[in-house]
Amino acid sequence: MSVLLEVKNLKKYFKTKRGPLHAVDGIDFKINKGETLGLVGESGCGKSTTGRVVLRLIEATDGEVFFEGEDVLKFSKPQMRKFRENAQFVFQDPFASLNPRMSVSEIIAEPLIINKKAANKQELIKRVRELMGIVGLAEALENVYPHELDGGRRQRIGIARALALNPQFIVQDEPVSALDVSIQAQVLNLMEDLQKEFGLTYLFISHDLGVIKHMSNNIAVMYLGKIVEMSDYKSMFADPQHPYTKALLSAIPVPDPEIKRERIILEGDVPSPISPPPGCRFYGRCFARMDECKDVDPVLTEIYPGKLVACHLCKKDG
Amino acid sequence: MANELYRGKLLNISDLSIHFFIEEGTVHAVNGLNIALAPGETIGLVGETGAGKTTTALGIMRLVQSPPGMVVEGKIEFEGRDLLEISEAEMRKVRGSKISMIFQDPMTSLNPTIPVRDQIAEVVLLHENVSAQQALFKAEEMLEKVGIRKERSREYPHQFSGGMRQRVGIAIALACNPALLISDEPTTALDVTIQAQVLELMKDLKVEFNTAMIMITHDLGIVAEICDKVAIMYAGSVVETADKYELFKNPKHPYTIGLFNSLPDIEKDEDRLVPIKGLMPDPMNLPPGCPFHPRCDRAMPQCSEIVPENTEVADGHVVRCLLYEAEHNKEKGV
Repeated sequence: MSVLLEVKNLKKYFKTKRGPLHAVDGIDFKINKGETLGLVGESGCGKSTTGRVVLRLIEATDGEVFFEGEDVLKFSKPQMRKFRENAQFVFQDPFASLNPRMSVSEIIAEPLIINKKAANKQELIKRVRELMGIVGLAEALENVYPHELDGGRRQRIGIARALALNPQFIVQDEPVSALDVSIQAQVLNLMEDLQKEFGLTYLFISHDLGVIKHMSNNIAVMYLGKIVEMSDYKSMFADPQHPYTKALLSAIPVPDPEIKRERIILEGDVPSPISPPPGCRFYGRCFARMDECKDVDPVLTEIYPGKLVACHLCKKDG
Repeated sequence: MANELYRGKLLNISDLSIHFFIEEGTVHAVNGLNIALAPGETIGLVGETGAGKTTTALGIMRLVQSPPGMVVEGKIEFEGRDLLEISEAEMRKVRGSKISMIFQDPMTSLNPTIPVRDQIAEVVLLHENVSAQQALFKAEEMLEKVGIRKERSREYPHQFSGGMRQRVGIAIALACNPALLISDEPTTALDVTIQAQVLELMKDLKVEFNTAMIMITHDLGIVAEICDKVAIMYAGSVVETADKYELFKNPKHPYTIGLFNSLPDIEKDEDRLVPIKGLMPDPMNLPPGCPFHPRCDRAMPQCSEIVPENTEVADGHVVRCLLYEAEHNKEKGV
C-alpha cells in the first residue's frame, strides 16, 4: 500500500497578544491511499487546524506535508491550484459553508467552472446532475437554495462540491457533528460508499469516538497540539496506552445500561495552548503522573509494531 | 385508559399539545404527550431536532412564548395542582424554586455582567425568606457543592470554562432545592471528559437533594448512564416509554430500533450503519396516521390512516404503534 499523504513535524502557531498559541506543535503522521486516518480530540486540541494546514487553507509555521512525495508547503501558486483539484475539504457546518445566494446546482458547478472542467453548458449540467445523483440529491432540488434544505441534504451538497473535481484526498472536518443521529448514519454510509467507489483517502476529524472508530483505519488522538497516541482503530479501543486515551474512552457514555465500566474522571480543564507546560502537556490532569513527566516532554514512540504512544509510562520494553 | 399507567406522584402530564400559530400555518410542536414522574425519579426525554423536547420543557415551566405558541390541550399536574390553571404570580413562585431548569448553553444562560455568586443568591433571595447576607452565604455553599472554590465566587461567567459555567448553572438550579429539575441537553456543548465530570456531579447531587429530573438529550449513552426511565419522542409525541433496562434490552417501536441501529457502536465492529430512511416530517404538515409511517420499515397500509394508541406491551412499557396494538388486542380478545 502506498502512502498518499505524509506529514512531518508540522507546526502552526497563532500570534496572540499574550504570546504564540501553539495550536499544532510538531506532529507526524502518514495516510495510505484509499484509507482513513481519524483525528480525534477535544475542543482546542488542534485537530481542525491540522486539517486546514495540510490543505494550506492557513499557512503552517513549520514542517513538511508530502502529497505523493512532493512537499505541498513549497508549492507555487499554479502547483497549488493543481493540488487543490486533488485535495478537497468538507466543512463542519453545512449552514455556514454554503453560499446562501447560490442555488444547489450553482454551488456544485462552481469548482467545475473555475477550473474549466466543462467544455460547454450541456456538459456542465450533465456533470452537476451526475454529482447530485452520486450523493443522493434529487434532481428536483437543482434550483432550490441551501436555506430550504435540512442539515443532512446540505452536507450532501458540500460533499458533491468536494467531489466535483475528482479529488484523491478529502479532509472531513466534523462533517456529521451538526446532524441528528438518523441523518448522521445516512451521511456516514454515503462517505464510505464514495470512498470505496472512487478510492478516496480521508483525513477524518471528529470529537465523536464512535464515529471515528466506524470510519477510520488508523486513529490519532490529539491533546493540546500533539499526537499522544496513534494506532490502528482496533488496538486503539482494545488496548489504549496513553492515560488520556484511557480517560477519553472511559468518558463516553455507552448506550447500554447493563455495561458498567470503570470511569476515569479527569481533574480540571485543558490548559491554555498559549503557554503550554514544559513537560508532558497532560501532566496537570494525569492520574498516573510521575516526577519525570513535569519537565521532560515525552516523544511519540513505537512501543510495539503499529502502536505509537507519547508517554513516559509506556516504554518500549515495559 | 392508558392514563392510569402514567399516574406519577410528582408530575403527571396528560395529553399535552402545544402548537405555534404562525403566518405560514400551524406548527404542531407537541401532540398528545403523556409523561409521569415520581419524586426522585429521572426520566430521559430522547429525540432528534424538532421532536418537541425543548417545547415540552418550556411548556412545563410555562415559558412557551405566546403568541405564537399556545398550549391547546392537556394538563400538567405538579404536586397535585394543574400548572396550566394557576395564576402567573403563583407560577413565579414555582419557577426556580419547585421546578428549575438547566439550559444547554451555559454561556448564554448566565448574565455576563453579574458575578456568579450574586446570580445564585438572586434565586435564593427571591424564593426564601432570608437576608442578602444569608443568600450570599448560601450561594457560596452551593458553589462548593458543585466543585467551585469559594474564592472564585466573585468572578464573572467569562472567567470560567464551559464545564465550570455549567456547574454554576447547576448551582443556580439546585439552590432552592427544587422537587423537579429539567435539564435541557446540559452537556451537549461540553467535551467528553468534561461531560463525564458534569454527569458524575449531577448523579451525586440528584441523590443528595432527592430531586426528580427530566433529562432532555439526544444521546442514548447519557440516558443509560443517568436515567431511570426513558421516553422516546418523535414529531411531538412520546412513541415509546419504559424503564431504562427494559427499553435498552427490548426496544419495540420501529423508530426506537432505528435510533439504536443508527449509532456507531464502540463495543462492536459493525461494517455498516443502518440508518432510518428519509427525513423528519415538517411539523406544519405532519403525515396522517402514525407520524413515523413514511420512514418506517414495517409500515402497514393502515398506518397512514389510523393514529396509534398507547399499548402496554409489558409492565410499564408503553408503545404507540399499530404493530403491537393489534397483537395486544388479540391477546386480550378484543
